[in-house]
Amino acid sequence: MNEPLHYHQPDERGHFGQHGGIYVAETLMSALDELRIEYEKAINDSEFMAEYRYELKHYVGRPSPVYHAKRWSEQLGGAQIFLKREDLNHTGAHKVNNTIGQALLARRMGKKRVIAETGAGQHGVASATVAARYGLECVVYMGAEDVARQSPNVFRMKLLGATVVPVSSGSKTLKDAMNEAMRDWVTNVDSTYYIIGTCAGPHPYPMLVRDFQCVIGDEAKVQMQDMIGRQPDAVIACVGGGSNAIGIFHPYIEVPGVRLIGVEAGGDGVETGRHAAPLTANAKTGVLHGNRTYLMQDENGQIVETHSISAGLDYPGVGPEHSYLKDIGRAEYVAVTDDEALKAFHDLCRYEGIIPALESSHALAYASKLAPTLSKDQVLLVNLSGRGDKDIPTIAKLDGIQL
Amino acid sequence: MSRIESTMQALAAQGRQALIPFITAGDPNPGVTVKLMHALVAGGADIIELGVPFSDPMADGPVIQRASERALAHGVSLRQVLAMTAEFRQTDTKTPVVLMGYANPVEAMGYEVFAKAAAEAGVDGVLTVDLPPEEADECAGILKAHGLDLIFLLAPTTPVSRQLAVQRLARGYVYYVSLKGVTGAAHLDVDSVAAKLAELRKNISLPIGVGFGIRDADTARRVAGVADAVVIGSRLVQEVEAGEAGLAERLTAFLAGVRSAMDTART
Repeated sequence: MNEPLHYHQPDERGHFGQHGGIYVAETLMSALDELRIEYEKAINDSEFMAEYRYELKHYVGRPSPVYHAKRWSEQLGGAQIFLKREDLNHTGAHKVNNTIGQALLARRMGKKRVIAETGAGQHGVASATVAARYGLECVVYMGAEDVARQSPNVFRMKLLGATVVPVSSGSKTLKDAMNEAMRDWVTNVDSTYYIIGTCAGPHPYPMLVRDFQCVIGDEAKVQMQDMIGRQPDAVIACVGGGSNAIGIFHPYIEVPGVRLIGVEAGGDGVETGRHAAPLTANAKTGVLHGNRTYLMQDENGQIVETHSISAGLDYPGVGPEHSYLKDIGRAEYVAVTDDEALKAFHDLCRYEGIIPALESSHALAYASKLAPTLSKDQVLLVNLSGRGDKDIPTIAKLDGIQL
Repeated sequence: MSRIESTMQALAAQGRQALIPFITAGDPNPGVTVKLMHALVAGGADIIELGVPFSDPMADGPVIQRASERALAHGVSLRQVLAMTAEFRQTDTKTPVVLMGYANPVEAMGYEVFAKAAAEAGVDGVLTVDLPPEEADECAGILKAHGLDLIFLLAPTTPVSRQLAVQRLARGYVYYVSLKGVTGAAHLDVDSVAAKLAELRKNISLPIGVGFGIRDADTARRVAGVADAVVIGSRLVQEVEAGEAGLAERLTAFLAGVRSAMDTART
């Protein structure tokens, strides 16, 4: 890119170009207004931001390190792969950056009860954790299918004092958990704060979640400069709703020469239709969960069931800012299959002694395809968004091992 | 004058309120919907709200969610809902039909294509739950050009500024959601509804219907004492859920009871 990009999104009603906005029933409009006003006050309140940063440092353990995966890079025989270690955060993923921010917001707004939706359970755990930390009641909605395939996280949430409600409507996954959380919120709006876990939903959520996740990219910029004296050639992150990706991409948007690559869940392969990759599959725009974005749907506008080995990426839409970054060509979006993600999962375990989350394994898989096509002095920064302990039962089952 | 407008005016002239039942198109199966619509009219329906099934009905409680799932299991699409309306129109040219659902099926068809097809099918109004006035300019213009009324929801929490935004775009009637929550919730407080309607009428010149939480003839009678229209949804869908045997007759009988209670509301 030759022209410097001046980027300021969204507009005041939450639009990222044609995407985003507020598409909810009238019953939620005033709650969203209240949230937007309080959020704007909070981020301009130095005391609030100081507490947020204090918590990130002392409770979450930030900054998370950047690590040069030398053995794996050598084995791949091309570009050098660096990992942003969000897996080392308290609770084991990037999700806590956002839940700390939103729980502080909930407390500031006088809400005693928080609710959350979760797919893989990482956001549910991060929500249950901060609810315990700040003394808030916590209810987590989780698709019944995800409850079955992410049992360690379900137990963790219960240990932390949260109530986990399995959702059996629709496809029994993340999107249905989000529907149910919205229904709870509209019913209990006076007492309850809804902690959305990804950069989707009605305005101001996509903006607010992004802002709380930008700590990832802000740190990485400083760390890369320290480690290699320059910024990476590409930043790679997995995209379901896309909160870890937007968190590491956003600070790089105006940095020329840094490719931003979002990796979607290709499931059995985008060509099979069994996937969760709306951007790669060139899905049409649509309206779901309060925002307009690219959306997997049939010709009648019904949302279709998605497929991914990774519960956290099993979502038919994508955060509206990613749809916008695709439209303006600032970020590229690709997909890797379940099998490719699994291979990367095992490779990182064996070459680097790091067990990655299946979600993050998608970003790793694309890096492993791209690296050999580049020279040894080029640098890829991969957001290792979470650790894989929660996925061990899934992997064991695939390998025919009874734990 | 639209069919909704003339229906509302005729009722107002008689000092009566509109009875607006809701059922989901294609529930329990696509073959019975038109028959059930006629049964609602036989029971005293003035306007019919016909639910367009959607895979992710975020604003609906479990009863209407299940209705959507039953209809979708039969593959009921927006195009089929329009075909059902057209079939209903062959024998009933008087009763307005309002399609109620979510934005995405309409978006997928395209607003222009949808509006033209809906007008041809004899649809009178459209209520998309997740399309607030801030995002509705384009849709409102296209529907208006095809003679379709865009119906909006108002909530207890809707501030004056947004009441005015609704007033600017709404046609036909507005639908006041009488409580916080999803469809099918219980506990409607008629006194607080009355107070709120008095406030809304300062900014809203259209007739105001009240729904969410009206489950019996007595509540309908009391709401009719303060509103221009009474909307009953989940209670009827529960009747559908109870089984297909004698369903049309049961719907007619239930609504007739509501109708007669409403008509004694004003002495």
